[in-house]
Amino acid sequence: MIIPIVRTAIVSLRRDRAALALSFILPIAFFSIFAVIFGGQHDSTAKISVILVDEDQSRASLDLVRGLRREESLAIRTRPSSKNKSAALPEYTAATAEAAVKAGDAPVALIIPHGFGVHPISFGRDQGGASIQLLNDSSDMIAPQMVAGLLQKAGMTSMPEIMAEQGMKYTDQFIGGLTPEQRKRMNGYLEQLRQYETRQTAAGNTPAQAGSFNGPIAVQFRAVVGQNKRSPMISFYAAAIGVMFLLFTASGSAGALLDEAESGTLDRVLSSRITMTTLLMGKLTYNTLLAFTQLVVMFLWAWAVFKLDLFTHIPGFVVMGLCTAFAVAAFGMLLASICRTRAQLGALSTLLILTMSAIGGSMFPRFLMPEAMQKAGLFTLNAWAIDGFTKVFWRDLPVRELWPQVSVLLAVGIVLFVISRRIARRWEFA
Amino acid sequence: MNAPSMPEAPSQSSSSLLESIPLEVVSLVKRFGPVMAVDGVSLELRGGECLGLLGPNGAGKSTLIRGIVGRVIPDTGSISVFGFPANTSEARAALGWVPQELALYPRLTCSENLAAFGRYHGLSGGKLKESVAWCLDWASLQDRAGDLAKNLSGGMKRRLNMAAGIIHRPRVVLMDEPTVGVDPQSRNRIFEMIEALRGEGAAMIYTTHYMEEAERLCDRVAIIDHGRIIAQGSKDELVRSAFAQRSQVLARFDGPPGVIGVWVEQHAGRLLDGVAEFTIEDSTLIAGLLDDAARSGLELLDVTLRRPNLESVFLHLTGRELRD
Repeated sequence: MIIPIVRTAIVSLRRDRAALALSFILPIAFFSIFAVIFGGQHDSTAKISVILVDEDQSRASLDLVRGLRREESLAIRTRPSSKNKSAALPEYTAATAEAAVKAGDAPVALIIPHGFGVHPISFGRDQGGASIQLLNDSSDMIAPQMVAGLLQKAGMTSMPEIMAEQGMKYTDQFIGGLTPEQRKRMNGYLEQLRQYETRQTAAGNTPAQAGSFNGPIAVQFRAVVGQNKRSPMISFYAAAIGVMFLLFTASGSAGALLDEAESGTLDRVLSSRITMTTLLMGKLTYNTLLAFTQLVVMFLWAWAVFKLDLFTHIPGFVVMGLCTAFAVAAFGMLLASICRTRAQLGALSTLLILTMSAIGGSMFPRFLMPEAMQKAGLFTLNAWAIDGFTKVFWRDLPVRELWPQVSVLLAVGIVLFVISRRIARRWEFA
Repeated sequence: MNAPSMPEAPSQSSSSLLESIPLEVVSLVKRFGPVMAVDGVSLELRGGECLGLLGPNGAGKSTLIRGIVGRVIPDTGSISVFGFPANTSEARAALGWVPQELALYPRLTCSENLAAFGRYHGLSGGKLKESVAWCLDWASLQDRAGDLAKNLSGGMKRRLNMAAGIIHRPRVVLMDEPTVGVDPQSRNRIFEMIEALRGEGAAMIYTTHYMEEAERLCDRVAIIDHGRIIAQGSKDELVRSAFAQRSQVLARFDGPPGVIGVWVEQHAGRLLDGVAEFTIEDSTLIAGLLDDAARSGLELLDVTLRRPNLESVFLHLTGRELRD
């Protein structure tokens, strides 16, 4: 008697396309997305974009720059990219590099200051020479650590003679026979280091933040974005998770149209003075307001519980919130107008929204994805919305800087709505 | 129940509008792929009358109604409401449609449902309130005004469905099988509502496949089958044209089914669900018929003599039962 039950279930599944899609296509789609992100397929692991400013132009700094350029996991840029290839833009300076990191053009900038070549390596603080400045965006916690490590590697491999020369100097300084005087100085220095480490540990600073010894090449870290943020990733995740659930809510809410069509209510409404355009615009307005309210609740919760700095960013939040809500509402309307039944809508929206969320950065920050995936993310609403909210809450940029995200979200919303209106003609008349 | 007095009709019911024929359908044709749903239907609804559209399921009644309210675009033919083409704002304002489905918002209360559909028809403020109150009274739902539609009984939902169709006080009402799936008590309540509405002067098309409903409620009946109107007129006119002064005999016999079948056929009758049905020119001829049955060895169980009804007319015209 088990076989007839199995047989009935198999026949039912075969005829339920929505269940089939959820059972087989969604897992494969997800597996593929995460395989591309984490699996390093096609040899396209993300390169870290690094802005490099060599103020020193010494033999040591030039060797170091060459060494850094050889690192395959770094994409070194010394000048902003220009659309006009014949007219290259001027090279970055310390100031423009810092501005570029603040604007999110790169997660890290390295400034090799004047005087670096005098003492390119040092075994501790205040050992002479100028420290390299590593400016970073603290939303990306991985890039600065990788760049710092690769900087040390590049230093060790690209400046062998300088290493030897500097090594001799330190040998002379610290080990030359270890006379009582040398031993005393060595011990004194070690004691000084110990005391410094103790003070920094008590202050809760990491060695990198404190600028203490972190390799032969002295590096000073400075977060130029997010340095004063109490909870670095809260705004990112409020936006990322918020947008994903907005998409689900919007498609579910737009699905009311299918219920109304099925129950005959839609016919009755359309036999009154309400036209299909009026009806869809009403639904779009409602779904936009619903999505915006959802965002408000989410960000208020983030403010109350996770100390998100909401109230100093109200204009940017309202602009991004409304644009995002409008775009996701239009997306939901399109899905509802494409589908014939609630079951179809459930399957299609789950498939599309989870895929968009994975590619668009709602589940995993896009800056950690391979370059191709980052570009693919630009075809999702999630990416544009998250980028906009990041500009507002992370980079503290003014509202006018949101124009690319606002333009894209509004344009996409309008296009999706126009398409959904066209598809909805099937409900207008038989 | 004392029917509430209907609120004053909208101001657009000018004298010229009232003088026009409420509804006129001319040579309407609608085909869905290979299926001819409506095949050249013409009909006219006169002021204040109730026209029954009687036909079995799938005859084309609902398609015709949906064409009148502009939800189906006919392939050819024309529809006018008080002289205005269907699907114009004037026609929409004059028409009230009670669909066969329970087209309501289940999570809204009775009042909220009525107010929503009232607003869709352009009502607001005091007029809307007045209409909602009138409809609740008409449907005997005053004490359930605050209940969610989804929590109402089947009969109450039907009544609310009807009320939502006339919230804007239309002069022409299209009722598409409003009693589907309701118990006899609720059906009687619905009949009372319809009679009250007719008392207010509304012209009405009432579709049904229940002959008794058409006989009770309608002034005239149009019989529709396979998308065509095969006869129309008052009940008496239809019966007279189909049967003249003839009567019907319904009889049940005991005996071998084969023998009964052959005998019924020999006497130009038909056997339906074990009941033999004959049409006789004069009621006095019944005695001869029954004598012949006895001579053929059939034992009579019971017999009824009746005047033909609309169902008989439908059977006579189509060779099929109304509820096939």
